[in-house]
Amino acid sequence: MSAAEEVVAEGNEAVEAVPKRAMTLGTGTSLVVLLLLIAVPLFAKNFVIFQLTQLLYLGLAVLALNILTGGSGQFSLGQSAFYGIGAYVTAVMMEQFNVPYFLCLPVAGVLCFGAGFLFGQPALRLSGVYLALATFALATAMPQLLKLNFLEHWTGGVQGLVVTKPDAPFGLKMSQDMWLYYFTLVVVLMIYVFSVNLLRSRSGRAFMAIRDNEIAASAMGVNVALYKTLAFGVSAGITGVAGGLSAIAVQFVAPDSFTITLAIQLFLGMVVGGVGWLPGSIIGAAFIIFVPNIAEGISKGLSGAVFGVLLFLVIYLVPHGARQVAILGQQLAGRLRKN
Amino acid sequence: MAVVRFQVAALSAAFALCTAMSNPALAQKAYDSGASDTEIKIGNIMPYSGPASAYAVIGKAEEAYFNKVNAEGGINGRKIKFISYDDAYSPPKTVEQARKLVESDNVLLIFGSLGTSTNGAIRKYMNEKKVPQLFVASGASKWNDPKQYPWTMGWQPSYASEARIYAKYIMKEKPDAKIGVLFQNDDFGKDYLKGLKDGLGAKAAMIVLEEPYDTSEPAVDEHVVKLKASGADVFLSITTPKFAAQAIKKAAEINWHPVHIISNVSASVGGVIEPAGLEISQGILSASYTKDGSDPQWNADDGMKKFYNFLAQYDAKANKLDAGVVFGYAAAQTMVKVLQMCGDNLTRDNVMKQAASLRDFEPDTLLPGIKINTAPDNFAPIEQLQMMRFKGKAWELFGDIISSDLGH
Repeated sequence: MSAAEEVVAEGNEAVEAVPKRAMTLGTGTSLVVLLLLIAVPLFAKNFVIFQLTQLLYLGLAVLALNILTGGSGQFSLGQSAFYGIGAYVTAVMMEQFNVPYFLCLPVAGVLCFGAGFLFGQPALRLSGVYLALATFALATAMPQLLKLNFLEHWTGGVQGLVVTKPDAPFGLKMSQDMWLYYFTLVVVLMIYVFSVNLLRSRSGRAFMAIRDNEIAASAMGVNVALYKTLAFGVSAGITGVAGGLSAIAVQFVAPDSFTITLAIQLFLGMVVGGVGWLPGSIIGAAFIIFVPNIAEGISKGLSGAVFGVLLFLVIYLVPHGARQVAILGQQLAGRLRKN
Repeated sequence: MAVVRFQVAALSAAFALCTAMSNPALAQKAYDSGASDTEIKIGNIMPYSGPASAYAVIGKAEEAYFNKVNAEGGINGRKIKFISYDDAYSPPKTVEQARKLVESDNVLLIFGSLGTSTNGAIRKYMNEKKVPQLFVASGASKWNDPKQYPWTMGWQPSYASEARIYAKYIMKEKPDAKIGVLFQNDDFGKDYLKGLKDGLGAKAAMIVLEEPYDTSEPAVDEHVVKLKASGADVFLSITTPKFAAQAIKKAAEINWHPVHIISNVSASVGGVIEPAGLEISQGILSASYTKDGSDPQWNADDGMKKFYNFLAQYDAKANKLDAGVVFGYAAAQTMVKVLQMCGDNLTRDNVMKQAASLRDFEPDTLLPGIKINTAPDNFAPIEQLQMMRFKGKAWELFGDIISSDLGH
């Protein structure tokens, strides 16, 4: 146990000393991961590509939560609400107003940014568990709001809305799944780079200052109220884009898709991936997509219990999630190099 | 984890290649992926976890039934491989599981998946891929749309058919009735209300008040008071169990005694009638299409004897009181019937063709006289129900089997 504690301590040190490294991957590793993400679909079946697309957009949603919690230290159990808004905005624009899908995503992002920013205003007065509760209320309310009668004309009510999957443009000979994967990959990469830069910027440092000590931050001249709501807005906006991508990939939106369970899954993904470590978001997303399937493979009746045991093992063995594994790996590689 | 996926993918790709190569040798037999000389692969998606997991017994009963068929030699010598996945009642997960079944497990068809929005999520995909989505376990009437969705078919009577049957009953027994309707304000309630109006046809003016409620409301009391005030003498309660019980209680409390009809969804004795009170529930009407596993009147019934034997032999843990078990048994039996009719021509085309040509098929656990009939323009297998009245401690069937066809 002491070894693990050491690792954690070293990890924490890294956060304070060199925030850039701690938040992201090294250049070499990034390139390898990027190459893998580009190459793998060329050799995979459509179903696998679809799962990888899922991995990307859920990873994006986890990343959004990571900016909020890992960056500014605020909790949210309401991410499913913003995800749902993003998905519905995209689906309604695509199906009811025939807007091209790539234009729907920015709109979804901006609308969700607005929604998150507004929700951030009253939420400011709350902190810790109370904020978690307030966002929880948002998540439970969302499916019911989506069923509202006066919106039914657009949303299709409980029946949901079927979305048409876009074909590859410019006459590319590429399956719809593969095109959507690369499209998603580009969007996710853009947002990832944006997020990394955001956290390295003045605003990012302000977020982290608030996270570490709110009073000290305000004493240093950080506008705590503004940056807290800003973090909420940015997180909600990115979540909205992720939701929009999910609507296009799944080809369907219904109120049942955006329940509190989704919010909890995203939260879980963040913890498993490592709070505050952006690349971990994808690993966290992989956990929430694939581990339930594995658990089901082990026992259908007890899949929930098996999932619980696996989750417990992860939390017990590597409490800092994938980030801790990465640090361990790095140290191991360093030691090998020395030898 | 990803590595495991790829191995599976590679394996199944290799498998698909093998089956593709062995096909030309068997000219007189026709197969699509998922069927072979020895095996028929059937996919299924059920909420084994999550809010609707109470329905998972349906999937378990179906699996047990297919085990029984396999133990007895299979279908024309072919064993059924039933692959059932969990979607936790979440539509995006349903899409993932359906794609896994079709593209990775290479099933011949998907059978009996549960839920309205979950099946709605995969309907377009299934029809694009031309893979049968058979006997959907949901009461929405939208599964009967062979023109737009020729690869999707329902099974149970739709909410609309049930409502049409009540309309027929009311017009026959109480032609001057004033009908007050309490309905749940969602797809379930609206489907129902539409069915009622279709059934009443020109006499739709018999409805004096349509009173919606939302599932988010804690109680429906004030709606019941309003309905009484409207002067209605027939009370049609299109409600889910909790609200059905509340409505029964409130009507008794305000001393309102109309002809009270509750939807089949809420006809559970243990879940609705008993909590509301046996005494005040006497004479309530509803309709049914399955035999009740707890009803002693079926003890001597041949179909139910087979059902009880099946439970004892293949699914000892199942609760025979659970309507889901009776449902799953009958649905699986229908599926087996269709596959038997397919003979050696196990293409997806032929499966749909045979599913759309069921004639007077009577599964063991449906009420005597209820027959499954389908046609290329009729994808609603069960369209008959029988009225029942609550008496003493149980439902008592009465009258003839009523068909929901308009104009009969």
